[in-house]
Amino acid sequence: MVTNPSIDTHPLSAEVGQEPLLAVDNLHVEFTTRQGVVRAVNGVSYTVHAGESLAVLGESGSGKSVTAQAIMGILDMPPARIPKGEIRFRGTDMLKLSDQARSQIRGQRIAMVFQDALSALNPVFTVGWQIGEMFRVHRGMSKRDAQKKAIELMERVRIPAARQRVNDYPHQFSGGMRQRIMIAMSIALDPEVLIADEPTTALDVTVQAQIMELLAELQRESNMGLILITHDLGVVADVADKIAVMYAGRIVEGAPVHDVYKNPAHPYSKGLLDSIPRVDQKGQELYAIKGLPPNLLDMPSGCAFHPRCPYRRDNCVTDVPPLYEISGTRGSACHYYREVLDGTLG
Amino acid sequence: MAPSGDRILEVRDLVKHFPLTQGIVLKRQIGAIKAVDGVSFDLHRGETLGVVGESGCGKSTLAKLLMALERPTSGEVKINGVDMAKAHGGELKRMRRNIQMVMQDPYTSLNPRMTVGDIVGEPFEIHSEVAPKGDRRRKVQELLEVVGLNPEHINRYPHQFSGGQRQRIGIARGLALQPEIIICDEPVSALDVSIQAQVMNLLERLQNEFNLAYIFIAHDLSVVRHISDRVAVMYLGKIVELGKDDAIYERPSHPYTQALLSAVPVPDPEGRETRERIILQGDPPSPADPPSGCRFRTRCWKAQDVCAEHEPLLEVRTGGHLSACHFAEVHDVIGA
Repeated sequence: MVTNPSIDTHPLSAEVGQEPLLAVDNLHVEFTTRQGVVRAVNGVSYTVHAGESLAVLGESGSGKSVTAQAIMGILDMPPARIPKGEIRFRGTDMLKLSDQARSQIRGQRIAMVFQDALSALNPVFTVGWQIGEMFRVHRGMSKRDAQKKAIELMERVRIPAARQRVNDYPHQFSGGMRQRIMIAMSIALDPEVLIADEPTTALDVTVQAQIMELLAELQRESNMGLILITHDLGVVADVADKIAVMYAGRIVEGAPVHDVYKNPAHPYSKGLLDSIPRVDQKGQELYAIKGLPPNLLDMPSGCAFHPRCPYRRDNCVTDVPPLYEISGTRGSACHYYREVLDGTLG
Repeated sequence: MAPSGDRILEVRDLVKHFPLTQGIVLKRQIGAIKAVDGVSFDLHRGETLGVVGESGCGKSTLAKLLMALERPTSGEVKINGVDMAKAHGGELKRMRRNIQMVMQDPYTSLNPRMTVGDIVGEPFEIHSEVAPKGDRRRKVQELLEVVGLNPEHINRYPHQFSGGQRQRIGIARGLALQPEIIICDEPVSALDVSIQAQVMNLLERLQNEFNLAYIFIAHDLSVVRHISDRVAVMYLGKIVELGKDDAIYERPSHPYTQALLSAVPVPDPEGRETRERIILQGDPPSPADPPSGCRFRTRCWKAQDVCAEHEPLLEVRTGGHLSACHFAEVHDVIGA
């Protein structure tokens, strides 16, 4: 088996030799269930540099959130297990650190924004208390100082009348405002990497635009590395520098965002892009990827996408494709990526 | 547009206020949530009307009113010329047969203890004239086949199906009584991206096959555009703009529509730095206490004194379609 080359697409990294902030290297995550072992993540590698936005795109069950949870160290182990792989933050493998050393990184230097702000916030504490908790626990601040800091942060994420609202409870805020509170908590300790797991999925488009703009601004201000986990091709196109497209626990295509949208190198990313309704196709049938995402308990042999792939050849059924390197910044896990790129298949 | 003789659904000045009360023993009304506040439109046979708007704008209450699941505070919903609110007993039952619904979430809208056959066949229990008892199993299998499911799976339970297949079950149930109108409330938003296109194609095929009229409620504007003949944009219980799909998308004249369209992320990274983006400030006001005059004025960059004093009517303005803005001005925000 060929090892996966890491997707390292930062335009500067090659020239400056800049070290990535966070590198996930050949990560495997399994879950032991009553029905058998589920291999949720199967050799995923990616890197994030300071000031860079990586979008991890995939459907439910593709392993995109599990990868993020592994980085944050919030997987329940057991049933989860990490049999192989490294997660390096500034060169140190976090999986080899003691719990105590790891908790110094997690939450402080790597922080996460969750999808559903209402269930991620504690309903019985005020938002000021919950934001201030970051300072009380990690920085040992007094209650009063922490409260002051909470107000500052609420202003930074542009919650109007922060001073008056700091003692309100989560249910008194709208969905967009709750997500701002979540973001305030995550940036409280000036993290270097921010992982946002579907941060706008539960929100309306106009509020989504506000939140994405806020995230982009915060990123610019403090030069954070951003990992954006999403299934929305529109959001990715708006904010990402590079994309990792995941399918059945693997990265099937990794590349700078412009390359993928212009000319995808994997049949799955091509299928996703082709199924977006476009103006000139009105009244015509939409392109639809056939079939269903695979059952992780019973993965197809060879390339996991082969049962749904319109370009399938015989060896796709038997040989697992490695992530072929197309250029220094681009990889595709398809035996026939050249033909996909040239449009000479199918 | 379809000739008016084909008009199947007429909605006139539809209003639904939910009372807000205070006190438990001595209840008194202290106000009302104005969920739907004067909505009028027509729907023609075989046509799709898209309804877009943010959460809380009254889309789902509108759907419930059309289904006669809620009684309107005032206004009319006429199906083939008969007002639903005035119909009772057998007549109302017959009218309900004609308008069916596909729900948003295929995981919670199917009873996990019923087999697919029971779920799809349940409408026949109520409207037994559609399918006589002995014939039901065959009918259900036909329906399963129509929506692209294996008719032999009639005895399976919902958990044995994937999200996309479950939504097909929901669609089969909607089709069972051979309605002329189907209300689709966010029918694809709970599905994976690669499955959405499959369900959209199915809905379009069924529309052509059975000449169905759809009310298609969704927040994904590109999906709405793909399937709709006309689009209604709602804000705080009112329609602010209504027109043919290309009019709304290419020549929007209401500031809210323009902001909504510009907020939608475009799945193309080219030119993302230069793309015009109107970012609205704040959240929509509460429908319990909507602003005077134009409801959008508190977030509108064009608002003047007149907007607070006079409510703009939904009428044909510049752009050639219905728009409810005193300062309606065509502005193509997506550059299509």
